Formats: sequence, structure tokens, C-alpha cells
Amino acid sequence: MNIINLIKIAFKALTTNTMRAFLTMLGIIIGVASVITMLAIGQGSKKSIQSQISEMGSNMIMINPGADMRGGVRMDPSSMQTLKLDDYYDIRDEAMYVSFVSPNVSSNGQFIFGSNNYPGSINGVGPEYLDIRQLKVESGEIFSDEQIQTSAKVCVIGQTIVDNLFTNDEDPIGQVIRFNKIPFTVIGVLEAKGYNSMGMDQDEVVLAPYTTVMKRLLAITYLQGIYCSALTEDMTDQATEEITEILRTNHKLLDSDDDDFTVRSQQELSTMMSSTTDLMTILLACIAGISLVVGGIGIMNIMYVSVTERTREIGLRMSVGARSIDILSQFLIEAIIISVTGGIIGILIGVLATYLVKLIASWPVYIQTWSVILSFAVCTITGIFFGWYPARKAANLDPIDAIRYE
Amino acid sequence: MKAVIELNEIKRDFLVGDEVVHALRGVSFTINEGEFVTIMGASGSGKSTLLNILGCLDTPSEGVYLLDGNPVKKMSNNERAVLRNRKIGFIFQNYNLLPKTTALENVELPLMYNPDVSASERKKRAMVALESVGLKDRMMHTSNQMSGGQMQRVAIARALVNDSAVILADEATGNLDSRTSYEILALLQDLHRKGRTIIFVTHNPDFYDYCDRNIILRDGKVVEDNRNKVIKDARETLKTLPEED
Ligand SMILES: Nc1ncnc2c1ncn2[C@@H]1O[C@H](COP(=O)(O)OP(=O)(O)OP(=O)(O)O)[C@@H](O)[C@H]1O
Ligand SMILES: [Mg+2]
Repeated sequence: MNIINLIKIAFKALTTNTMRAFLTMLGIIIGVASVITMLAIGQGSKKSIQSQISEMGSNMIMINPGADMRGGVRMDPSSMQTLKLDDYYDIRDEAMYVSFVSPNVSSNGQFIFGSNNYPGSINGVGPEYLDIRQLKVESGEIFSDEQIQTSAKVCVIGQTIVDNLFTNDEDPIGQVIRFNKIPFTVIGVLEAKGYNSMGMDQDEVVLAPYTTVMKRLLAITYLQGIYCSALTEDMTDQATEEITEILRTNHKLLDSDDDDFTVRSQQELSTMMSSTTDLMTILLACIAGISLVVGGIGIMNIMYVSVTERTREIGLRMSVGARSIDILSQFLIEAIIISVTGGIIGILIGVLATYLVKLIASWPVYIQTWSVILSFAVCTITGIFFGWYPARKAANLDPIDAIRYE
Repeated sequence: MKAVIELNEIKRDFLVGDEVVHALRGVSFTINEGEFVTIMGASGSGKSTLLNILGCLDTPSEGVYLLDGNPVKKMSNNERAVLRNRKIGFIFQNYNLLPKTTALENVELPLMYNPDVSASERKKRAMVALESVGLKDRMMHTSNQMSGGQMQRVAIARALVNDSAVILADEATGNLDSRTSYEILALLQDLHRKGRTIIFVTHNPDFYDYCDRNIILRDGKVVEDNRNKVIKDARETLKTLPEED
């Protein structure tokens, strides 16, 4: 049979029944578009959480004093002082899987420069803190080992602090700001990082030598925490074990004793958070799946309702000499035209809707290729099948039975 | 003379619920090439059922139907479809036109399924067929924009367009005024003169005078099969009818 004639016949049949073609297409369009949009929202939030975690350094390890509270274990207040400087030195000198390590102590207060003031906290850290948190000094420099040894009153500040304290466009380097009455000389400014995806300002930061904060601000001898980073992300587990070993030896814990500190890796956090977003993605995928099914039922409905009319048409075509292969080809071509066009329009609308969501609600979105392919495939295959199946049944009838079909 | 159609004890039963309706109860006759036959009979006597079987649209429950000497029952669906396309022109009692489709496209339809006919030839032949049934100025009208008589003429044009050897007409003039009926009859007589075999189901007993042969059905059986000696010319009759324009 002449394929051009069949395509002509199929097109003719579609254009004489534009409403039917449009309604069928609508089912496909809605199905495809909603799946793409829903999955883009789900994947988007997952991606943003992942990137936020890797922003913070995916191989970061945090050590806090006190036992892990997650198991519901009661915490002894005195255990809050279990981390000492010696622990820091030993991790720095002995741990093989740890590339950077920095103590952490912090103090809250008010920064004052001239007539400007800004509330915040000062972080006492070592120079390696920059590598661990992936921070960079934009101008000036980070404090030296000598400044740490002498508990120098120097600090490195983030962009938000610069904007709030130095309102007259002064060069912050070399200026003296006061924090709880103690003067600190600004020796460096950090590169701006902006807000993270949780809405926290990552530039609201002031770093000072940990010795300075411990002695001059807090007057303590213990550490509030230790930050480390593993050599690579894959070695986080080994590093965690190693650190635990070192700390247990240092703290002279018996085998029967619980840890009096907590080692948590960013990886752990990341798994925890991505499992939450996974749940959300699954939820959205369910909604999308339902819209797929609804779209599919819509397609079936239209196809089913038109079966009577179309069976008569098939009978008539057969009575003037159409073979069943001609009938099947015609219906297949029609179904392919409708489904593929609908699928493509659905993809366009889905992508458009996704960007509208991003634009209006400013949610993070991410369109994955497989979601586009999956939704397109499912809808077009449903459309093609339900376009073709009734035709197959009718084409097997005697022409007169098809013409008389009710 | 060569036999085109040979029927031997054709029966057709329909199952309606638990009841069996015997629409045809053993019909046998032979129609030769070039015959013009009318089939008459009361409503429900099985004329349409018989014609559908002759047109390969329906299969008999029992009996043998030879078309050009070949048993139709042994043919595949595709062979039957090709036969309907090239050999048979069928005019339905209720027209069976494609809805929302122009007269021209309806008439072109059989040729769409004939790959030997080019697009331009298809259109030309469809226009000629429509002209011959007097619908020259209705070609672009769709089915719902035409009267019953006009739709009937489109159905006739569709049956003529494939130059088939056999034309089967089921009440082809049922919806036409007497003048147009005779015009159609004249058209069929022309085709008959060109050698076509025509089988014409009608309720109008006057038409008997214009054909070779008349078969009368009653209750699914042939009760009379007469040959006509003096065949009238429909064109002559047309002249005696008052002009309406
Ligand atoms: N598909 C069918 N199912 C059941 N019974 C049928 C079917 N087709 C026809 N019949 C029955 O077969 C008988 C013959 O019908 P047919 O249509 O052949 O009559 P007809 O001679 O063409 O009548 P008319 O002059 O009214 O067109 C009728 O009694 C009818 O009820
Ligand atoms: Mg009838």
C-alpha cells in the first residue's frame, strides 16, 4: 500500500476530528508536563541540599565534646569539657587520614567600629579552618603561627561584617574593631560566599586565632569543637575511626566506657538530608504518577468513546477496499502523530512550568533527562496503544459488522 | 456466456439473543457477465443480506459463492479487500458516507486504496463520476450539507469511480424523486451497455421493464426469476416526464 496515501488519510481523519485529536493530546500533554515539573522540583531540592553540603566541604568531620545524644543517652555536663588542646595536637600530628585540622571556640557579642555596631560571634580557629570550610582570603592574609602563639588580637572578617561596619568605603585592612571591649586588628577579608541554600548568610563570619578567643575572651582551657577534613571523601570513615582511636587513648577510656565526644562526618549529614529529600521526590513522583494515570485514562476515554464512530468508519473504509493492514497503518500513524505531538508539547510546557516555578516561587529546580524520557515514553506508548488497539479489533470484523457496530 | 456470480444454497442466519433469524434460507442462482438484474421483494425478505454477501461484505453461514469461478470463502481477508476495491462497486441503502468529509473526498476514497491510481488521476476520475450523477456544483460540500438524494448520488458516484465490473446497488433510488430516479436508471443502463454487470435492489416494480432479468425474494428464498423480453430505454421515459426546472 502506498504509504503517502495512508499518511494523507490519517491527516485527513485527524483534521476532520480536531476536537477529538485535541482532547487525546491534552491527556498526553498534562501527563508529560506534570511529571517533568514535579520531578524537577524534587530533584532540584535534592541537588541544592547536596551542593550546599559539598559547599561546606563534603569531607569535613566535626568533633564535639559530650556523648552522642542521638541514641537518647543522658549527657553529663562535665563531659562538655572533654576536648583539650592536646587532642587537637595529637590529631594534627598522628592522624594519617586527616589532611586539615582546626580547633573551634566561639564567643557571642557585639562588634563595634566607629559609630557602627553589629551583633555576631567571633570564631577562634586555626589557619587550616579556611581549607576545611573552603573559604578564601580575598585581601590581606590569615593569621600566622606566631600570631597564634602570642594570642594576637587580630581577625579576618567576612563580607557582611565589612558591609555593616565599614559604611564609608574605608579599607578594612589595618582598622581596629572592638569586640566586647577588646580591640582586634583586621588583617584579612574573606571572599564573599553569599547565602547558602538554607538561607544562612555565609559571610557573617569573624575568625580570630583560637588562642586569643580561649585566653582573652572566654578564659577557658578546653575546646568547644574540632574541625577536620579527611584526605578524600571516601576516606571519611577511616578518618573517623582514627580520630576516635586517638581521642579514646588520650582520654584514657576503658573498653567498657562510652565515648565522651562525638565524631560526625558531613557525609553522614548528607545521607540524612538526602534521605529526606528522597522522600519528597518520591512523594512528588507519586503525584506525577497519578497525573500520568489520569492522563492515560483520559486518553483511553476519548479513544473508547470514539470507538463506535471509528468502527463504522473502519467498516466503511474496508467496504471500499481497505485491507486490515491499511486500517492499522492509518490508526497507528494517527496515534503516533497525536502522541508524539502531545508529548513534545508536554515537554515544552513541563520545562516552561518548571522555569515559572523557579522564577515565581524561586524554588530550586533541576530537570533530569530520564524524567523527560520516561514521561514522554509512557504517555506516547499509552496513546499509541489505545489508538491502535480498538482499530485492531475493528479491522478483524466483517465490513458489514463493523458498519453496523453500535 | 461467462458466469460472474454463482450462488449455491446460500444461507445466512443471525443470532439475536437466543433466537436464530433465518434471513436467507438457501438461495441459488447464476448471474452472467453483462446482465442487468433487479432484485425485488417485501421488506425483510433478505435483499440487503443477499447483496452484502454478493459484495463480499458479509460471509454466508452456509453455501458456496463463486465470484468469477473462485470460491469467496477460501479467499483471505486481504484478497477480499482487493476484490471489493477493484471488482465491485457497492451502493449502500443508507449511503454510508464519511462524515465531515466533502463529496469529492468521499468519492475519491476507493481510489485512495488503489496504489496504481495517482493523486491527479484520482481527483479527475472522482470529478467525472460526480458530474455523471449531476453533482458538479456540490463537490466541496460535506455530507451534512447535502440532501438525502444528493448523498445517495455521492454514494452512487463512489461506486462508479473504480470502474468495477460488477455494480451492486441497494435501493439506490429510494430517496430520489422519479425524474432523478430515471436519470440514475439511465446512467446504470449506460454502464450496462458498456458491459458492466449490475444488480439492483429496488421496491419500484416499474424498473423491472428496464432490466434483463428480475429475481423476487420472499422470506429468504427466490420465488420468481423472470427474463425480460422488451427492455425499455430510461432516456425515452425521461423525455415523457415533465421538466421541473
Ligand atoms: N445483523 C442482523 N442481525 C439480526 N438480524 C438481521 C440482521 N440483518 C438482517 N437481519 C434480519 O434479516 C432479515 C432480512 O433483512 P434484510 O435487511 O436483508 O431485509 P431487506 O429485504 O433488505 O429489507 P428492506 O427492504 O426493508 O431493506 C430481517 O428479518 C432482519 O431482521
Ligand atoms: Mg434492505
